[in-house]
Amino acid sequence: MSILGTRVVRTEDPRLLTAGGTYVDDLRVPELAGAARVTFVRSPFGHAMITGIDASAALAAPGVVAVLTFQDINDIPPPPPPPEGGPPPGSEAAPLPLGGVWQEPLLAVDRVRYVGEPVAIVITDETYQGEDAAELVSVDYDPLPAVVGVGKALSGDTLLFPDAGSNIPVDHAAGDTAFEGCDVVVEREIMNQRVAPVPLEGRATAAVWADGKLTVWVSTQNAQISRFILAGAFGLNPDAIRVVAPDVGGGFGAKVGLDRDAITVAWAARHIGRALRWVETRSENLTGMTHGRAQRHSIKIGGTRDGRVLAYRLDVVQDTGAYSRMGGFLPTLTNLMAAGPYDIAHVEAGYRVVVTNTTPISAYRGAGRPEATAAIERAMDLFAAEIGMDPAAVRRKNLVPSDKFPYQTPCGATYDTGDYIGALDKVLAGAGYDELRAEQARRRERGDVVQLGIGVASYVEITAADADGGETARVEVHDDGTAMVYTGSSAHGQGHHTAWAMIVEADLGIPMAKVTVKHGDTDEIPLGTGTYGSRSLQLGGVAVHRANLEVKEQARKLAAEMMEASEADLELNTDSGLWQVRGDPGSSRTWADVASHAGAEGLTAFVHYTDGAPTFPFGSHVAVAEVDTETGKVTLVRHVTVDDAGTVLNPVLTEGQRHGGIAQGVAQALLEEMIYDADGNPLTGTLADYAAISATELPSFELLVSETPATINPLGAKGIGEAGTIGATPAMQSAVIDAVSHLGVRHIDMPTTPARVWAAISEARNSQ
Amino acid sequence: MKVSMTVNGSAVTAEVADRTLLVHFLRDVAGLTATNIGCDTTSCGACTVLLDGQSVKSCTVLAAQAEGREVTTLEGLAAAGGEMHPVQQAFHAEHGLQCGFCTPGMVMAAVSLLAENPHPTEEQVRTGLEGNLCRCTGYHNIVRAVLAASGQAEGQDSQ
Repeated sequence: MSILGTRVVRTEDPRLLTAGGTYVDDLRVPELAGAARVTFVRSPFGHAMITGIDASAALAAPGVVAVLTFQDINDIPPPPPPPEGGPPPGSEAAPLPLGGVWQEPLLAVDRVRYVGEPVAIVITDETYQGEDAAELVSVDYDPLPAVVGVGKALSGDTLLFPDAGSNIPVDHAAGDTAFEGCDVVVEREIMNQRVAPVPLEGRATAAVWADGKLTVWVSTQNAQISRFILAGAFGLNPDAIRVVAPDVGGGFGAKVGLDRDAITVAWAARHIGRALRWVETRSENLTGMTHGRAQRHSIKIGGTRDGRVLAYRLDVVQDTGAYSRMGGFLPTLTNLMAAGPYDIAHVEAGYRVVVTNTTPISAYRGAGRPEATAAIERAMDLFAAEIGMDPAAVRRKNLVPSDKFPYQTPCGATYDTGDYIGALDKVLAGAGYDELRAEQARRRERGDVVQLGIGVASYVEITAADADGGETARVEVHDDGTAMVYTGSSAHGQGHHTAWAMIVEADLGIPMAKVTVKHGDTDEIPLGTGTYGSRSLQLGGVAVHRANLEVKEQARKLAAEMMEASEADLELNTDSGLWQVRGDPGSSRTWADVASHAGAEGLTAFVHYTDGAPTFPFGSHVAVAEVDTETGKVTLVRHVTVDDAGTVLNPVLTEGQRHGGIAQGVAQALLEEMIYDADGNPLTGTLADYAAISATELPSFELLVSETPATINPLGAKGIGEAGTIGATPAMQSAVIDAVSHLGVRHIDMPTTPARVWAAISEARNSQ
Repeated sequence: MKVSMTVNGSAVTAEVADRTLLVHFLRDVAGLTATNIGCDTTSCGACTVLLDGQSVKSCTVLAAQAEGREVTTLEGLAAAGGEMHPVQQAFHAEHGLQCGFCTPGMVMAAVSLLAENPHPTEEQVRTGLEGNLCRCTGYHNIVRAVLAASGQAEGQDSQ
């Protein structure tokens, strides 16, 4: 029986549980012996001109090796000029990052555009010395009016990039959709607020330049992409760079590749000729690491009084922060997935991107798709409320039916496989929806202080959106019977090492205990992409599978030679891991035998697996919340989900991904927001202020099983890393609003804090 | 100043700056890097260790405050033969960790919690771990692991 689909606990855990991981700050490799410490001097202003930098006091402080500013960056090529005659920067053909007039420097030149922007670095022998000396770097700022919020950005009263002439690097605003024939049309502006990713390990980089080679250890989701970025930044041949991703303490999209801070550390190591290490503090992290979401949505939905949705329009304004990194690209995914899991005849989506004096925006768990789902799910609820129909019934009536797959949306996506109505029915049954509604009615009837809210959300999302880029794997079988997998994918908690070893065991019959998986070192694995967009299993896992099959065919030839039989008669018993001649179980060869026979070439295969199209996981969530109508306090009491990501390879791992995703999704709906004042000062810049969700704010989750295989890849797999987040946010938000809808509340923006809930109740009561 | 303490059963003595935090003493002097630093406001609990058997956030304790006392870190939890502590075993069995960064602090907090309350309810586990943030697991399997380590039937099965 195949090990695939069974519950296997992780092989990664014993090391992490007894010795702890080896994150960048834990590296004790000889190359980093005596490494100096980097401390950033960051802008305390949201928007200001720099009129002078005086480092003399810092240079005189104990342990200071150097203080470096933009003026020292004179030994790398200039950034590429804006393309001539090509697609304009920030268009879909050239999504990131913006160059030309929107250029983001490594260290601020004459203007700072967000609190936390790197201005200088201080290099010291020891960490504490760096914190002291950074305080002594005297930077003169001439403050400017700050642009905070999309409204202010769109007004153009103050420009972040005067040479650009506007704050709008990308403009693809939505056109007009036909709403004729609709009995009911509802419009609303809603905010998908700015949140902080908060991986428990923040950003960290160590670098050393020796013998013509730059080695960079970085907390990243993508070692190979990081190498590509560094090569471009320094004008180096990629062969002259080694990037290593050691253990990585969470990424959630914010560690895709590497950013200007990491590049600066690598540059400085070469510039001063000393090994360097930088590990940010949490307060640095909350303004220095990219944020996520930050979209304003104008939604308009129309349909018939009996619940059929006929038209939907979504116009997005993406606040991309001070510099458009991936933020210029994310709303294309929001637009692509705008129609959600619904069969709607007319859908129009557009977006504009604006720069503001806040931390840049990039991917965060879901990256553009949670925003699409939050928007249409809110629209569905508003539509249902307007026509007085049960929100689950409205969804059921409009979900893409099972016989319509593959389903082409008006937004340009082709949903591969699905059973959207089945997922909704399953989660409603699992939650006991009818009984929940009955309990809600009883509480409303009694006028209870604590009311019950039931939030229903259905979703479809896109995973492995860049399937054509694929992923690599090299599988080797050694003459001692062990196997080694080199994967271009990159693990930071997902359990790749366990999953890939399971695939080897299933394909080759080599037990997991004899399989080692390596990732994240470009010297060993020069080609690869890494992890984002829920792509790993369906690309990287399939690459391992394909490499296994190639190794197996090589082994078949060798075994046939050894056993003097025809290849056609050779079979591999994947239970025992033995090669046998069909019909003659008495004679057999082990993997060790066969690998020993392979000679100098060894038994190995490299595969770069690509797929022709992405996959589309789907599901439905039900959140059950209690809302205290006197205080506005919300308690999530149950969260029930169906998350269908195709065939499950290891339920332990998929459940873990769903749990974590649900928690982050609920966190956005209930608690978390990165808040700035009008001057661009972050008000939630420490973990004492930023409401990262804790164990007390969550229940245990109720996960239901649904597996509709993908047909495009041999594992039947779709991505599961982000689905929980995508479904949970709208379900949670909807539950809160639903709990007080009988009081006249139609909408509460996220996060649905007690203050906002209380204010919404008061406003509704006062207007009645 | 000179600071001496017992870390995982071994005496450690070093000359350190007065302001040296316990977490830096453990990581940089004692060479025990399992204990991580996840914030600078005593909010996340990644640096949790046991000080004379009680959990403390070692980023908010001066090394000097541990003078003459006993510190236990994740590295000191397993039995001498290498067998994992029941809490470590439960985290493994219940998939109570993903990226592993919060794990050393979470495990030490759980050990302390169970020492104070050997048979906690789910709600008591959640309250007891409120000061330890995890961004990967949604806490679901951490709670199950702590309940399992307490010898009670594991938390409600998710299936």
